[in-house]
Amino acid sequence: MTLLDVQDLTVEFPTRRGTLRAIDSISFSIGTGEILGVVGESGAGKSLTGAAIIGLLEPPGRIAGGQILFAGKRIDNLSQDRMRAIRGRQIGAIFQDPLTTLDPLVSIGRQLVETIQTHLRLSDRDAKARAIKWLEEVGIPAARARIDAYPHEFSGGMRQRVVIALALCAEPRLVIADEPTTALDVSIQAQIIELLKRLARDHGTSVMLVTHDMGVIAETCDRVAVMYAGRIAEIGPVVEVVRHPKHPYSEGLMGSIPSLEHRVARLRQIDGAMPRLAAIPPGCPYNPRCPKVFDRCRVERPGLLEADATRAACWLYDKAAAHV
Amino acid sequence: MPAFILSRILQAIPVLLVVGFISFAMFAFVGDPVTAMLGQDYTEAQRIALVHKLGLDQPFFVQYAKFMWAAAQGEFGLSYRLARPVSGLILERLPATVELAMTSATLALLIGVPMGVYTGIRRNSFASRAFMVFSLLGVSLPTFLIGILLILVFAVLLGWLPSFGRGEVVHFSHWSTGFFTVSGLKALILPAVTLGLFQMTLIMRLVRSEMLEVLRSDYIKFARARGLSQRAINFGHALKNTLVPVITIVGLQLGGLIGFSIVTETVFQWPGMGLLLVQSIQVADIPVMSAYLLLISVVFMGINLVVDLLYYAVDPRLRMTRRVSANAP
Ligand SMILES: Nc1ncnc2c1ncn2[C@@H]1O[C@H](COP(=O)(O)OP(=O)(O)OP(=O)(O)O)[C@@H](O)[C@H]1O
Ligand code: SF4
Ligand SMILES: [Mg+2]
Repeated sequence: MTLLDVQDLTVEFPTRRGTLRAIDSISFSIGTGEILGVVGESGAGKSLTGAAIIGLLEPPGRIAGGQILFAGKRIDNLSQDRMRAIRGRQIGAIFQDPLTTLDPLVSIGRQLVETIQTHLRLSDRDAKARAIKWLEEVGIPAARARIDAYPHEFSGGMRQRVVIALALCAEPRLVIADEPTTALDVSIQAQIIELLKRLARDHGTSVMLVTHDMGVIAETCDRVAVMYAGRIAEIGPVVEVVRHPKHPYSEGLMGSIPSLEHRVARLRQIDGAMPRLAAIPPGCPYNPRCPKVFDRCRVERPGLLEADATRAACWLYDKAAAHV
Repeated sequence: MPAFILSRILQAIPVLLVVGFISFAMFAFVGDPVTAMLGQDYTEAQRIALVHKLGLDQPFFVQYAKFMWAAAQGEFGLSYRLARPVSGLILERLPATVELAMTSATLALLIGVPMGVYTGIRRNSFASRAFMVFSLLGVSLPTFLIGILLILVFAVLLGWLPSFGRGEVVHFSHWSTGFFTVSGLKALILPAVTLGLFQMTLIMRLVRSEMLEVLRSDYIKFARARGLSQRAINFGHALKNTLVPVITIVGLQLGGLIGFSIVTETVFQWPGMGLLLVQSIQVADIPVMSAYLLLISVVFMGINLVVDLLYYAVDPRLRMTRRVSANAP
């Protein structure tokens, strides 16, 4: 069943020198209990997509088109108050750097209890019990004794566990995790991803997992969306996209992964750089870097086209043109 | 905590010794108290007798030690100008300055902090813009000019408030207070506003810029993502974090109030220590000047201690020793 349905979402920044279109008409959906991976170079628009979904785009950024449906209802046009009630309760968020996402002056127990009581009608005692339960669930040892501790008293990995507890303590149905392990020690990254995966499975939570780690995508996600210059280049089941990428950009990204067993952590560097927002070329945005570019790519912009088991925004898969 | 306070007091001792040395050096090298006290006609014998009586014939370091020992007991000798004990003079003037500075500080905090919070949260509202323009006046106009303008409007043109003095005061043993008479309160308004305006606008601008900074932080974004109400975010998280850096500067500013009160007291002929200092400087009344210098440095150190204690109360990161074991991974 579809939980989140993003349709033709467009995000723009009005600037003095014209409007920048940072997200250009992207569409995807996430099913109940599904984990969707999102990959792409820095600046591709991954974080903005997440921010647009939970209604926290920083002005002057704004949704300029399309709609976002959550459990069948539009949420992109809700009032601040209605959207606030959805954040944390229906859609949670996990941020990148646990060293800066927790308020340093407020104990973790207090932060948990206030989040729980914002969304659920619980007494102080019940809320505290729930907070302890969540700390235990995310693997904080001696949770009961440490509930009054402050963020600085925990290591980075432990803090990210606390952040996860905060994001999940009101049991949202969808969690947007924006590079939840990038700021952590390599040795801890796998544990955190494992935890996230287990919690999502146990609670039936859907996850939108933004990461640069193709290995994590391969091991964790059901489907994956590859983003490029504010658009989706390819989207499909993770096995297909990783093993048989159809879009030349995905192919470049996956080129460095010999197999799922011998994963190579980082995305491969592709020659050239992603264009700045103000200078996205006409036609296919990837055309200046694409090894398979042909005339049509420089003129017409491809939409998502069926390409075997995945969908790719590439003219190579235009069936109508194929037999010409 | 007591150990913390004790260590701060111990740290203050060398500072006091240095300030004391400067005060004492004024005695030793500035002006000539003997001729000042003897006037025009005196005999050599009178002069030597006075030099001996003042202890000026003793070695330098003996004089310094004696000075510090006496100062520690609040003894600064006789005022050259009034031939009365300096400690008594200062005690007499202290209440006026303390009441003025306290009133200004309270005004500055009670108005400055909320205005800073408001302009930080409602950055683009009309009121915020108006406050910002007003605060620019506050930080850029010199104190004496503000005082004179206020006198012109409220004392001369409107005749609502007195332009000088302290009004009627009530005495409680050594303390004289203007808080309990109408004329005392009326007399307090203009000097307190004059003295506090600069600090108030400074505090407002400081709180505002810190607030803007904090509101951009990740933990505020995360608080939003957790669905907390705007109120809980602004007052439960943002304000608290804003206060940490604000405390230091505000502490120092309030110490500065006592220093700035010199100008205000002169403009309003307010019978406080600042006015006493100005009157003393005019005739090189060194004992009063050095006593004032020492007193001000003690006040600053006291304020610093309070600032540190406030930090301690607000920021758990400084209370590290409390629960070291919790730091295990
Ligand atoms: N306030 C803003 N004004 C103008 N452009 C912005 C603003 N915020 C973001 N952008 C642009 O939007 C684009 C997408 O940014 P986004 O943060 O979503 O990238 P990302 O895919 O999350 O990258 P990263 O991997 O570095 O996190 C970038 O090109 C960025 O320059
Ligand atoms: S449309 Fe053309 S340029 Fe774009 S990815 Fe496909 S082949 Fe390359
Ligand atoms: Mg990002």
